[in-house]
Amino acid sequence: MEQQDLSYVDEVLDNFQGRKGTLITVLQQVQAQKGYLEKEALERVARRMGVPTARIYGVVTFYAQFRLTPVGKNLIRVCHGTACHVQNADGLTEASEGELGIKTGETTSDLLFTIESVACLGCCSLAPMIMVGDKVYGKLSTDKVRKVIRDYKKKEAAQ
Amino acid sequence: MKILRVGYNSCGIAAGAEETLGKLYDVLKDNKNFVIKKTGCNGMCYLEPVIDVIENDKVYTYGYMTLDKVDKFIETLEKGEHIDDWIVLHPDRATTQSSYQDKQVKVATKNIGAIDPENIDDYIAAGGYSALEKAVKTMDRQQVIEEVKASGLRGRGGAGFSCGMKWQFAKDAPGDEKYVICNGDEGDPGAFMDRSTLEGDPHGVIEGMTIAAYAVGAQTGFFYVRAEYPLAVKRLRLAIEQAEKKNFSGKNILGTDFSVQLHVIEGAGAFVCGEETALIASIEGKRGMPRTRPPFPATHGIWGKPTNNNNVETYANIPYILREGGAAFSKYGTETSKGTKVFALAGKINRGGMIEVPMGITINEIVNEIGGGIVNNGNCKAVQMGGPSGGCIPAHLHDTPIDYEKIMETGAIVGSGGMVFMDHETCMVDIARYFLSFTVEESCGKCTFCRVGTKRMLEILERITAGKGQEDDIPKLRMLCESIIKGSLCGLGQTAPNPVLTTLRYFLEEYEAHIRDHECPAKKCKALISYHVVEEKCTGCTLCSKTCPVGAVTGERKKLHYINNAVCTRCGFCKDACKFDAIVVE
Repeated sequence: MEQQDLSYVDEVLDNFQGRKGTLITVLQQVQAQKGYLEKEALERVARRMGVPTARIYGVVTFYAQFRLTPVGKNLIRVCHGTACHVQNADGLTEASEGELGIKTGETTSDLLFTIESVACLGCCSLAPMIMVGDKVYGKLSTDKVRKVIRDYKKKEAAQ
Repeated sequence: MKILRVGYNSCGIAAGAEETLGKLYDVLKDNKNFVIKKTGCNGMCYLEPVIDVIENDKVYTYGYMTLDKVDKFIETLEKGEHIDDWIVLHPDRATTQSSYQDKQVKVATKNIGAIDPENIDDYIAAGGYSALEKAVKTMDRQQVIEEVKASGLRGRGGAGFSCGMKWQFAKDAPGDEKYVICNGDEGDPGAFMDRSTLEGDPHGVIEGMTIAAYAVGAQTGFFYVRAEYPLAVKRLRLAIEQAEKKNFSGKNILGTDFSVQLHVIEGAGAFVCGEETALIASIEGKRGMPRTRPPFPATHGIWGKPTNNNNVETYANIPYILREGGAAFSKYGTETSKGTKVFALAGKINRGGMIEVPMGITINEIVNEIGGGIVNNGNCKAVQMGGPSGGCIPAHLHDTPIDYEKIMETGAIVGSGGMVFMDHETCMVDIARYFLSFTVEESCGKCTFCRVGTKRMLEILERITAGKGQEDDIPKLRMLCESIIKGSLCGLGQTAPNPVLTTLRYFLEEYEAHIRDHECPAKKCKALISYHVVEEKCTGCTLCSKTCPVGAVTGERKKLHYINNAVCTRCGFCKDACKFDAIVVE
């Protein structure tokens, strides 16, 4: 079997050598490389930090930010804060799911889109809103959110 | 020369400030008559993108300054004129938006929207770091704490514990190694005060926390900020770097023997980490699970060492208190709740944004005068305060003055400052269900009552909103509320029932309508509503039938359409798509 290249994990670990309490930051930086945490990467972190893999797995599954599966190129985060909720965030989720043919938490088979539901993105005056990557789309309706996603689909198809 | 200040916080950027700013740079490339400055959000999020024009020390605030307006804007300014219709705040006369500002008193948010958060010299020019200098050079540690005690400042994160007392405990705790924490893990859905503060005035928070470190004798400080706030994290890191270069942070601050090393840690997305013992576990790299108190973090915090933990807004008040004196702060507010409080207005309110008001102001003043009333000329049904730990305060109690105790009497809490307004279209049972689904998701699972009890409550609420409520569901909910409050270790569990308790207390008839009459008075709960086409309004444009994902809407072009409610999933897409208001919910 071909040896997996985990040099990106080692690079992160090298920066934190021996500093206590840095596990979460290490995991965040490892995840930033590939968008998710692969099993081999977790094992490497465990071995080099001297922490059991089970404990690392415990931390990873506790926090919403960490992912154990690959994420789509365009991450769609539908905000479900209170302000968005009273302004039909559920409708935005339903419309996005319908447009992409996947459920929240899933990724399209072409790995282009992932839909996530988030508790609050803190842009409540623009409710209801979604984020695609780092870009915010506010004051949406079910109709407008479908247009936003269609535009992304077109952009992807053109590439 | 004119200065153009462009609001460049997350809210402004989302509304198009980036494009507007880019265009301004472009248009004014070789123009020496203008200086462009990036700043935070002045709180008028509902008017973003916002640009301030400053000429002869007068500030003209322009709202809705989207890309397309830039050319005409600059052309007019070049002629020495203004476009009155676009001005939302005028230095010489009242505008329709003036009432948003009139009742506000800015202490913690004074600099936000006025200075460039990425430029330390701007902060210093506004009096920044003078409080730190005063503290470390002219006051001993106890004097600093006495000043904070005199201000009456209570923790702005939600619990409202006396800030001066907290510092005293940490100072008095034995040990040489101590820590300070700034809790920026703003998790309440509907709250964005900390984000806006960290984005708009990071130095203010750094100065406040550095003073706290001096007072309690800490050598290390941690900012714990949500990873969902990338801009806040970026500006905070930059600000710390700048502060270190100017010797306001780091070793031997301002030539004294006081040193403190500040670090920024990004939260990884767990609401419970807003609880201080969970937050400390998270800083130590563990699962963020709360533990029993006592011992309190003041004596046993990070790595078991004495630790002082305050919220972003609490620290943001400290420079003012040290500079102007505790009495200047405590002149605002009520008997038990001194000073000012920052609130985030959102939901069905006309002017959503961030405000800072003296404690003791009534909810009515906030809704009607500052917030400009409810959308579509509607009536305010309730305001939700305190997020998942708070509750819904009905309109008839909106003359309640905002103070920790008075709000507690209503069943809600002041909390961190999120205020979400609701109108007749908001179903209160659905709101209770919404918050419980949040708590179920965020419960860390340590205490059985919180882990299992909230789940059982959610199931009951889901059943009620699905029209399958049972006669004894309400007493069951009350019983579960009581048990969860008693059987939970931390604030998350102890307050999780509040959204249910307050809606049961004030909106019992809505629960009964769902259970007994199978009706949702707000027409929100899907199982209890149906969509219909209004014959007189339908033009047969076919937009609705094209949008329907399940083929429930049928009809020919230019002819009346029909919704088959046996097939319809109540997604509401057709209603959103209709341009003639021809689809109604019954």
